[in-house]
Amino acid sequence: MSFFKLSLFEIARKLRLSPVQRDVLLAALPGTIVMTGYFGPGTLVNILLGGLVALACGYAVAALRARDAIAASRDLSALITSTLLCIALPPYAPWWLILLGVLSSELLGKQVFGGQGYHPFNPAMVGYAILLISFPAQMSAWPSPRGLAEVPSFADTIRHLIAPGTIDAVTAATPLDLLRQNTGLLFEELLLQSPELTRWAGVGWFEVNLAFLLGGLFLLRRQIFSWHAPIAMLAAITLCALIGYDAGSSASGGSVIFHLFSGATMFAAFFIITDPFCCAKSKKGKIIFGSLIGFLVYLIRVSGDYPDAFAFAVLIVNFCTPFIDYCTKPKAVNT
Amino acid sequence: MSNAPLTRLIFDSLWKNNPALVQLLGLCPLLAVSTSTVNALSLASATLFVLLVSNASILLIRNVIPDTIRLPITIMLISAAVSVTELLMQAHRYQLYKTLGIFLPLITVNGVILIQADAVARKKAPLAALYHGLIIGVGFGAVLVLLGAIRELLGTGALFTDMHLLFGAGTETWRWQVLKVDYPLLVATLPPGAFLVTGCLIALKNQIDTNIERRSKLG
Repeated sequence: MSFFKLSLFEIARKLRLSPVQRDVLLAALPGTIVMTGYFGPGTLVNILLGGLVALACGYAVAALRARDAIAASRDLSALITSTLLCIALPPYAPWWLILLGVLSSELLGKQVFGGQGYHPFNPAMVGYAILLISFPAQMSAWPSPRGLAEVPSFADTIRHLIAPGTIDAVTAATPLDLLRQNTGLLFEELLLQSPELTRWAGVGWFEVNLAFLLGGLFLLRRQIFSWHAPIAMLAAITLCALIGYDAGSSASGGSVIFHLFSGATMFAAFFIITDPFCCAKSKKGKIIFGSLIGFLVYLIRVSGDYPDAFAFAVLIVNFCTPFIDYCTKPKAVNT
Repeated sequence: MSNAPLTRLIFDSLWKNNPALVQLLGLCPLLAVSTSTVNALSLASATLFVLLVSNASILLIRNVIPDTIRLPITIMLISAAVSVTELLMQAHRYQLYKTLGIFLPLITVNGVILIQADAVARKKAPLAALYHGLIIGVGFGAVLVLLGAIRELLGTGALFTDMHLLFGAGTETWRWQVLKVDYPLLVATLPPGAFLVTGCLIALKNQIDTNIERRSKLG
């Protein structure tokens, strides 16, 4: 184990990742592995392709802005953004979807505002939102988890990337889709009817969220970010789900566990909303920031048009961040 | 300004002080209606028409307008011109009238027109004021149509769709399928696309200006 750990750190050093970037990538590893386990190698291929596009894009922008392109390419923050975006994208997405997503998150989300550190909106979520409203069909095509359908092999995935449509990945409704589209069934009936749903959340989804939670706790322990925003967000979702849950009628919003462990909850809580440049600055501000996102996510999930809502919730609250900062500015201590 | 040669005035209004790209006036219709070339062209011509009619009517009575209530009178003249446009469109281009919806009456509060009416038409020589209005209107309309064309191209892959709504039957064939794409970039025709494309246009204009400036310094 220690050898494995050492070699990973070694690779990170060779890649000139900063310690924070290295830790974030490391923390995303368990979640990615579990996703690969359940949905096949689609996510991995997405991340690789997205990373290449992001690096090329960073290099091109540095050249355009007449900066030292070599020095700029040493900043691997683009890699973090693209990795986070590609984890959120559906596995086996067509290559142009990933290309467009990474380009829009890098260019429209980050570079037009002046590059890393100056972006007011979470770049990964900007890319995701643009894709979601432009290509709703492709963005909701999640494959069935392992156990319910055949999972494509690595070679098939590569072939699919070059010539889309060569595998018929069986797409299935995600648990959040099922719950949203449910009109007349009790939760128990829905459970019997749909094999994708389990009492906890959904096949695969529960484990994926658990893995991202683990990664998030690792980041918390490394003090990459403070606990305020993620915990506030999870608390807000818990509270909303508690209020909206009526033990499983057809109009019910799903149980607390269901909301905490389905969709992108844990991933967003620890990897998306903790972006240091778009998050509120003060502790109180972070708590307001996180709970607003949690509240919006629940609202959009239960009564919105989209099954999951992190991109929109995060972007909307990013608009409010300057105001939150203004209201929660710590008073200067008069000494 | 009033004595500047015409070419200078044209350059100034179309490029250097473009009402849409530099002064950022009248953004509301600019962003909301520019979803396709035909919508943009219709609103651009309606705005130009209102601009000219209101300018002309102010020119006619400007000597008798009391200074203290000039703004209400200006607005009333503009809204009269807007009502005329609206009724004309309702009678002859009903489909367009429905598509443009609220943005047709909203021409009344377009900043470009108010500035023209209040600052230019009241002070300049009659002919110069009309020229100025025409060029400013064309400058605004050009950006509107360009924006509409870009958004239509990105969002549907075609150009000049439904031109018969504006130019009458027989012009449906103007539709030009530029790109054959299965999945066009829908976001371009949605509200965020308006902001994104406008932002890119402004950036492009600034970049061109910077390049020209740099070259003139070198040369």
